[in-house]
Amino acid sequence: MRELIRKLVETYGPSGVEDQIRSVIRAEVEPLADELRVDPLGSLVVRKQGSGDGRRILLDAHMDEIGVMVTYVDEKGFARITHIGGVDPLNCVGGRVAFADGTRGVIGVEEKREDSGKVPEFAQLYLDVGAKSADECPVGVGDAAVFVRPFVAQGGRMISKAMDDRIGCALLIETLRRLEDTPHDVYFVFSVQEETSLSGARTSTFGIEPDLAIAIDVTTTGDTPEAHPMAVKLGQGPAVKVQDRGMIAHPAVRDLLVQRAKDAEIPYQLEVLEFGTTDAAAMQLVRAGVPAGCLSIPCRYVHTPSEMVDEGDVENSVRLLLEVLRAA
Amino acid sequence: MNLKALSEAVGVSGDEGNVRALVLDTVQEHVDEVKVDALGNVLVLKRGTGRPSSTGPGSRRLRVMLDAHMDEVGLMVVGHDSDGFLRVRTVGGIDSRLLPGAILQVGSERIPGVIGVKPIHLLRGDEGQKVSKIDDLVVDIGARSKDEARKLAPLGTYAAFATQFRELGPTVSGKAFDDRAGCAVLVELLRGEPFDFDLHAVFAVQEEVGLRGARVAAYAVDPDCAFALEGTVADDIPKDKDVSPTTELGKGPAITVMDRSFIADRRLVRLLTDTAKELGIPYQFKQPNVGGTDSGAIHRAREGVPSVTVAVPCRYIHSPVSLLSLDDFENTVRLMREALSRISWHTLRRN
Repeated sequence: MRELIRKLVETYGPSGVEDQIRSVIRAEVEPLADELRVDPLGSLVVRKQGSGDGRRILLDAHMDEIGVMVTYVDEKGFARITHIGGVDPLNCVGGRVAFADGTRGVIGVEEKREDSGKVPEFAQLYLDVGAKSADECPVGVGDAAVFVRPFVAQGGRMISKAMDDRIGCALLIETLRRLEDTPHDVYFVFSVQEETSLSGARTSTFGIEPDLAIAIDVTTTGDTPEAHPMAVKLGQGPAVKVQDRGMIAHPAVRDLLVQRAKDAEIPYQLEVLEFGTTDAAAMQLVRAGVPAGCLSIPCRYVHTPSEMVDEGDVENSVRLLLEVLRAA
Repeated sequence: MNLKALSEAVGVSGDEGNVRALVLDTVQEHVDEVKVDALGNVLVLKRGTGRPSSTGPGSRRLRVMLDAHMDEVGLMVVGHDSDGFLRVRTVGGIDSRLLPGAILQVGSERIPGVIGVKPIHLLRGDEGQKVSKIDDLVVDIGARSKDEARKLAPLGTYAAFATQFRELGPTVSGKAFDDRAGCAVLVELLRGEPFDFDLHAVFAVQEEVGLRGARVAAYAVDPDCAFALEGTVADDIPKDKDVSPTTELGKGPAITVMDRSFIADRRLVRLLTDTAKELGIPYQFKQPNVGGTDSGAIHRAREGVPSVTVAVPCRYIHSPVSLLSLDDFENTVRLMREALSRISWHTLRRN
């Protein structure tokens, strides 16, 4: 799975410009799909036919990632930027970004700031692509870029940009590969625009009308020095969401995940997230409502260019998803 | 161009009847179907002349939604003082600094009113340096008692800015260009010859309070793609530092790539920029991540709707007076008309 994960995290795909990552995922899943389509906003929907009279189950992972967008190019060829999704300027200065065509940029910060000890605001950052003038600048207003950081695996952990949520995409692909027999019609949704508005999952769910929906996404942990108190730890198994800022998991979905983990002796943890939310928040409110929950992969340094997950958690998440899909 | 009539019509969010009547009256003769939905949106169909294409789903004509919102920001009466003054709250986003001294029209009878302020002669200490909060402002309609004020402007009465439309040469000024400028562009597009596709025009309500009208309209229309037409922020006024103007007057229609409410569909952005380049129509990108428009609601309707926002740059929006360039207005109409004449199922193909 490691090579699949490397390929997914290193592919370009900021919210709203998911064409490249969609092509990469499509190539992986097309041979395994009973039906495949790209819906109006660009989400990739893969259907796997069930063998019997099961339910219609939607498994979602978003393929977009956070990034930056050019807002202005000044006379000297420096670009001003804004964030796509939740990006903290704290993690930006000195970082490199890549545009869709491979153009690289370095993020700089204005030196003359009132309080240079404080974290800068986005308006104080700029992007340097090495241009000598505005005319020469290869990027323009509206162009989107993602962070550049190579994939690293060491000590049973994997580190990269865009683990949020390519690790979820990898889980879906691996689950689809290993899925042998299920009574359920399973829809694997690789959604767009989660980081900005949850729009892809919401609209895909409308088209699919599932009986049950599970978002697969990363969650933060409380196991780093002076971390905000949180029970989730890296390496202790997939986290079953109880609630976050956007939703309360449907108790039946939560209990299903917990019960199947117990039955198969898969380690798991319960997650209460005080900040942020996932596609499940949008999915549960579609049409007349959808029982929805979330299987979370514990992840340190979420929304930085170096998101860290545990290989055991990833493997156990695949096992748990397969357990969820098997017959009762 | 009926921007004057549209600008001077009164329609604060939730009370768009006056604008709606004007829109209905104006567009009726140019379209095939008109209806008003449950929330008050005007839904218009101008049928296409193209043969239903076999390349699209269901062998039907492409359905394109064009949206402009009828509502404007304003005030609502929430209380009456014993000496006949009205207490108000804002409807939609208004900068409190702009309110003192504003001239208003209150209620359906358009009773003249002013937002009274203490004269400069009586200010004490640093009073003159502070911004009055909406809670501290009152509207004076000349009523002499609480009872009289109540009778003239009961609780819930709307108040709008009272600003006449004026031609200033290459620019015009007036109130509510956000989004009567968009409404006027849409009216111009409806007046012309039909397109190949079925054009669904939506004059939407309650944008300023949460994109509410467009949301249900997009559900009803179920379009294949959508364009929101707007009057948007131009902040090309003198600044101490040369950074990111949102849009600039005179530089052509502003295309949104991303704002706080949505990310535009890149294929529609490309259609617009390719068309503009081909015909030499000036255009600009709106500074990303500023503001929100009806596209924020439209793109999330049903299974999703590829959307984009195109706007006439307007200075001083959400204030008693805004100002736009007639060239920008004409170029917005032209860009939209030309881009729409090039749209097809092919535009929406993905690899």
